[in-house]
Amino acid sequence: MPENADLDAFRAETREWLEANCPPEMREPVRDEDDVYWGGRNASFKNDAQKAWFEACRDKGYTVPAWPKEYGGAGLSPAEAKVLRQEMAAINARPPLSSFGIWMLGPALLHFGTEEQKRHFLNQIARGEIRWCQGYSEPGSGSDLVSLQTFGEDKGDHWVVNGQKIWTSYADNADWIFCLVRTDKDDKYRGITFMLFDMASEGVSTKPIKLISGNSPFCETFFDDVKVPKSYGEGIPAQVGEVNRGWDVAKYLLGHEREMISGADGGERTSAIGAAMKRIAGELDPVLRAELAMFDVDALAYACMGEKFLDEIKVGKAHPAQPNMMKYAGTELNKRRYELMMAAGGSQALEWDSEETGGGKTARGWLRTKANSIEGGTSEVMLNVISKRILELPGA
Amino acid sequence: MPLYHDDDQAMLADSASQFMREEGAIAKQLRHWRDKDCKDGFGHELWKQFGEMGFTGILVGEDDGGLGMGHVEAGIVLEEIGRNLTPSPFLASSVLAATALQHGGDEVRGRYLPGLISGDSVFAVAIDEGAKHRPETIRTKAEKSGNGFKLSGRKDFVVHGASADMIVVAARTSGSDDDKDGITLFAVPKDAANMSHDAVRLVDSSMATHTTFDGVELDGDAVIGEVDGGREILDKVLVAGRVGSAAEGIGVARGAMDMTVDYLKQRKQFGKLIGEFQALQHRAAHLYSEVEIARAAVIKAAQLLDGGSDKADLMASVAKAKVAAAAGLAVREGVQMHGGIGMTDEYDIGLYMKRDRALQEFLGDRYYHAGRVAEMSGY
Ligand SMILES: Cc1cc2nc3c(=O)[nH]c(=O)nc-3n(C[C@H](O)[C@H](O)[C@H](O)COP(=O)(O)OP(=O)(O)OC[C@H]3O[C@@H](n4cnc5c(N)ncnc54)[C@H](O)[C@@H]3O)c2cc1C
Repeated sequence: MPENADLDAFRAETREWLEANCPPEMREPVRDEDDVYWGGRNASFKNDAQKAWFEACRDKGYTVPAWPKEYGGAGLSPAEAKVLRQEMAAINARPPLSSFGIWMLGPALLHFGTEEQKRHFLNQIARGEIRWCQGYSEPGSGSDLVSLQTFGEDKGDHWVVNGQKIWTSYADNADWIFCLVRTDKDDKYRGITFMLFDMASEGVSTKPIKLISGNSPFCETFFDDVKVPKSYGEGIPAQVGEVNRGWDVAKYLLGHEREMISGADGGERTSAIGAAMKRIAGELDPVLRAELAMFDVDALAYACMGEKFLDEIKVGKAHPAQPNMMKYAGTELNKRRYELMMAAGGSQALEWDSEETGGGKTARGWLRTKANSIEGGTSEVMLNVISKRILELPGA
Repeated sequence: MPLYHDDDQAMLADSASQFMREEGAIAKQLRHWRDKDCKDGFGHELWKQFGEMGFTGILVGEDDGGLGMGHVEAGIVLEEIGRNLTPSPFLASSVLAATALQHGGDEVRGRYLPGLISGDSVFAVAIDEGAKHRPETIRTKAEKSGNGFKLSGRKDFVVHGASADMIVVAARTSGSDDDKDGITLFAVPKDAANMSHDAVRLVDSSMATHTTFDGVELDGDAVIGEVDGGREILDKVLVAGRVGSAAEGIGVARGAMDMTVDYLKQRKQFGKLIGEFQALQHRAAHLYSEVEIARAAVIKAAQLLDGGSDKADLMASVAKAKVAAAAGLAVREGVQMHGGIGMTDEYDIGLYMKRDRALQEFLGDRYYHAGRVAEMSGY
């Protein structure tokens, strides 16, 4: 079946635009953390190419291609967005802007936000002006998130928030936080409010935690009598959705977070690795070759699933709980990928900071992937959700 | 093109699903013929009904009286066949043989396609020589003899061989056993002299043959395509058959999974439904995930094949290998989670395990196709 003519024209236009606007340096694989542009008040560009690419995309609405134009997007249809994704993948174009605003808060605002909230916050996100972090987990509330205790006391025109979050990714670099705060202690599910506030507010402090990969991208976050105004202007309440109904927003957002972590949109995560591993290892042990072949089958099949999932979700054909399946399968696959990369890399892959290994890129990446099946909800929790919501198995 | 069924395809899926559920049901077909020790392993009446539904000619061009549809559509029918374990010559005749015949001249198409489309004829395909699928090596020889050829050799795992009105045979007309070139496809009619079948019933109660050609005389118009030009057609037959058997396999997987998930909601032990036990929930959820992924690969492979993409061959092997893994898991977990009743002949879950086993071997197993993926990827 041929694609329709409009789409062909769009593909041609897109190719031309990418050719003109995506600098060669931005078509190289991401090597370091600073190759990723996160935006925000304190952001700086690594080089001119990164800046040019980001600005070209921002001006065209391509940081968030499928969002409506009035919120900073390009208003692309699902089919057009897919074409853009394919064409960017074809030249290995880096994402111009990475952000929790795009992956998580944005979709929640599009679904639950007021018109003014959308105009205000979504444009900031699309333009990379504000960098967001996610305040969900607490020391006593991980998988059992709904038991969270951080409390917001109602003071009329503002709340006073006290408590502690943990594992808050990039909290020390973030401008604002979307935060789950208990506002009714008597109602577990209907006593949580989804609040937005400035990390520069008085009483907010962060303390970085070092990961096994040696990096410290996440923090403990403390709230000590933080004053959160109830409104940021006409039609812009500080909470998304209604007060005490933040759990619905939180769960909806998790669906998008899981979709993002799943790597459904392809790229490095879903490609075959056997040939590259042979180049690294020279001769492949026959049993390793066999494992790589089985892995490549799974990776290429998962890439099909990613494509199918994204196609279906855009037209409402996917099961609403399907992101949980994608997250489970995608993260388990990614962990296997790095186990095999370590195996093929041998003793060189053990090097922690040598120049040849880009500062232990494989070893650190290997360790980092272990978080994939924990962050955003563990694999075990994903399996719980699949059994309950998709297979509709009984109990608990 | 989005990677899900469009409206027409969804309609086809509905009608195929209803048809297989009603006419192709396990009790009505598989058990019925098996318990009668039927020599065909399927019912001819049902095959005629396939013809009335248009399924038989689904891949045959409209000019030849078929539906002119693609592998996505054939896959839709096969998935329902798999789900209901419906025994029929569909895969061998309407996918494999039909793909070969499509590349034949007017004569051979005119001789065979009308019978296929009406559901009067059954065709088989003879490729394997030995217990494992190794189509790279072909020893069966067809030597020039007068205006025609003389065919000698032995083929194995010829599904429906003894019931077939015609068998598509891949034979060597030049070169040595392992050469890529020098292969020719022949349409060998049922009544050919010096052809003999050793019919065997397989674990899934389908029928296959070891077929011996002991100087079978064929005239020139038995050739499908060009003499010595058969490898290209054979490759097309193989890729079509692999995508098709993967589609049937995913139907088997989903059938087994649905039965098992239903059972988890019915069976009580320790005063609870067994589906309340997290150990079983997690295994069921993992299975669901594997089956979903495998199904996406099947649809993608079929779309690529229909679009004439050069990635279709790779994706066909990905799909075949992934389905083998997922369907194998589905039937093993299915039997285990049913407990003792899963081991009884009376209960259907074991039938899924048997059919899956036969499909695993057909046109290359998981190991063969994973190896192919490695080779095609350059390692
Ligand atoms: C790199 C990284 C980044 C993160 N970023 C953020 C962030 O930005 N913001 C944020 O809010 N949080 C973040 N998190 C936190 C993350 O969401 C939690 O770690 C996660 O939800 C698990 O909670 P926990 O760590 O308390 O583990 P626990 O819930 O204590 O789990 C321990 C083990 O028990 C298992 N388990 C728990 N409950 C069940 C059950 N019902 N059935 C079966 N098994 C169960 C789990 O699967 C796990 O194996 C991040 C985590 C990581 C690793």
